[in-house]
Amino acid sequence: MLLKGKAHRFGDDVNTDYIISGRHKFKTLDMDELACHVMEDLDPEFYGRCQEGDFIVAGKNFGCGSSREQAPLALKHAGVAGVLAGSFARIYFRNSINNGLPAIVCDTTEIEDGDELEIDLEAGMVRDVTKGIELASSPLPKVMLDILSEGGLVEYMSRHGSLKVS
Amino acid sequence: MGRTISEKILGSHSGTAARAGDIVVAELDFMMAQDGTAPLAIRSYEGMKGGAPAHPERVALCIDHNAPSPLRSVSELHALMRSFAGEHGLELNDVGEGVCHQVMLDKAHVVPGSLVIGADSHTCTYGAVNAFATGVGSTDMAAGMLSGALWFRVPETMKVTVSGKLPEGVSAKDIALMMVGDITADGATYMALEIGGDTITALDLDGRLTISNLAVEMGAKAGLMEADDKTLEFFEGRTTASFESVSPDADARYAREIAYDVSGLEPQIARPHQVDNVCAVGEVAGVPVAEGLIGTCTNGRIEDLRSAAAVLGGRKVAAGVRLIVAPASREVMLEALREGLIEIFTEAGAAVMCPGCASCVGTHQGVPGDGENVISTANRNFKGRMGNPEAFIYLASPTTVAASCIEGKITDPREYLP
Repeated sequence: MLLKGKAHRFGDDVNTDYIISGRHKFKTLDMDELACHVMEDLDPEFYGRCQEGDFIVAGKNFGCGSSREQAPLALKHAGVAGVLAGSFARIYFRNSINNGLPAIVCDTTEIEDGDELEIDLEAGMVRDVTKGIELASSPLPKVMLDILSEGGLVEYMSRHGSLKVS
Repeated sequence: MGRTISEKILGSHSGTAARAGDIVVAELDFMMAQDGTAPLAIRSYEGMKGGAPAHPERVALCIDHNAPSPLRSVSELHALMRSFAGEHGLELNDVGEGVCHQVMLDKAHVVPGSLVIGADSHTCTYGAVNAFATGVGSTDMAAGMLSGALWFRVPETMKVTVSGKLPEGVSAKDIALMMVGDITADGATYMALEIGGDTITALDLDGRLTISNLAVEMGAKAGLMEADDKTLEFFEGRTTASFESVSPDADARYAREIAYDVSGLEPQIARPHQVDNVCAVGEVAGVPVAEGLIGTCTNGRIEDLRSAAAVLGGRKVAAGVRLIVAPASREVMLEALREGLIEIFTEAGAAVMCPGCASCVGTHQGVPGDGENVISTANRNFKGRMGNPEAFIYLASPTTVAASCIEGKITDPREYLP
């Protein structure tokens, strides 16, 4: 599967409070409503600028902090097709895959805001079309690829009933 | 080659010879979700279309983050939790029972050697009682409820040894903040911490829980400690379940080993807006504060309230400062009442809240104003965390918060030593 979209650049340690603030997330299960507030404490204009299929590009430790699964869900509902980061905090990483939102570990140093990106998940390849460079991404463990390929953990469990790693 | 605590617990619960880096499916001894995560877990659970939970007696839902409900829409989510718990025979800890993590400990749902998940990042707190406990999201919680098991990557372990006699006026929170400042917000990502040493042995259980609580602020998956007589004493009378505590082998393999000598440690504080932005309290002494919070899963236990009351007794919170105190659980609240601590806080001018997460989560019970500084015993000072991105949050020990609220500015608590 080849994903194409524009990069929205953020820094290191983007925590889940910044992705979706507690003052919004406790109120509702309506993810489209939460999506309007995604990243607003870092960039109030983000939701307005984000186009369907765009990518978030961040530094290290993306998704640190609270376990709120509303973080990847709000990103997904805002149209984000995936997040590329130098590293992810582990709870966010699981939540993202569990909700079918690709989380791609790669060296993001050279990617700038607005760059056009192409991502081949199976091949583990990230291409910055604007810069004309290719970046290798770290492969996901098989169990996470299985969950992602089913569309998320809800779909996986409804099909299989339990988790299998071998 | 020997094994770490994580390898032993994940191995025994998965029936494998688990080693760091392995991926295993392990049986869960207990699982918990709170009102910020349970509604989404319920939705995921229903999407899995699997019928009854594998082990309803191993599940607890807690209403603590927005308790009592500040909004009609939140009340509807609470109602959803009550109805789901009723339908499936799950334990529901309603408004007033307290912070999920303290309730899990008070009710001994977590015991030494157990494997526990919680849909809350500070589930790592129970590492202090020798449980492999880790935070997950709502859908992992749903998968756990349905199947009774979950997949785990067996973590590498960072061994942290803390030694030396803590100076007067310096507490477990100061050790925890010092560690976060040194290890940094992602220094232990994906790893388990094994925390020990003579300083840890000398701490009471409440202090140890404070340190394990902050493990996730270093990115860690778990903040494990060995069980000792103090641990076993805590569980006496709370449970009849048999359990076996787990120690690492002497030749266990560690990804990294760090040692700290805390005999010269000063009171520590995390400055806005990062938990690892830590310095000595003295470096920011004099910064004005508008609000203080004593409580949360980090520092809402009885020893925390005792230490804050020792500073506040016979004194008053400064004019223009509001001090919010929220005991971590009903049990802690009752003990604080019996000991007269609630009277001390109230006399001092503090506002005492119902047991729960209070203003830490930014939805109610003390949202700060624009430009205001807050000094809190909580574990996160992210911009906007307490509900206002224009406020500034400092994190410190209960005594530092108490002393700062008396002075109306950040104050080294050693000035108030009895």
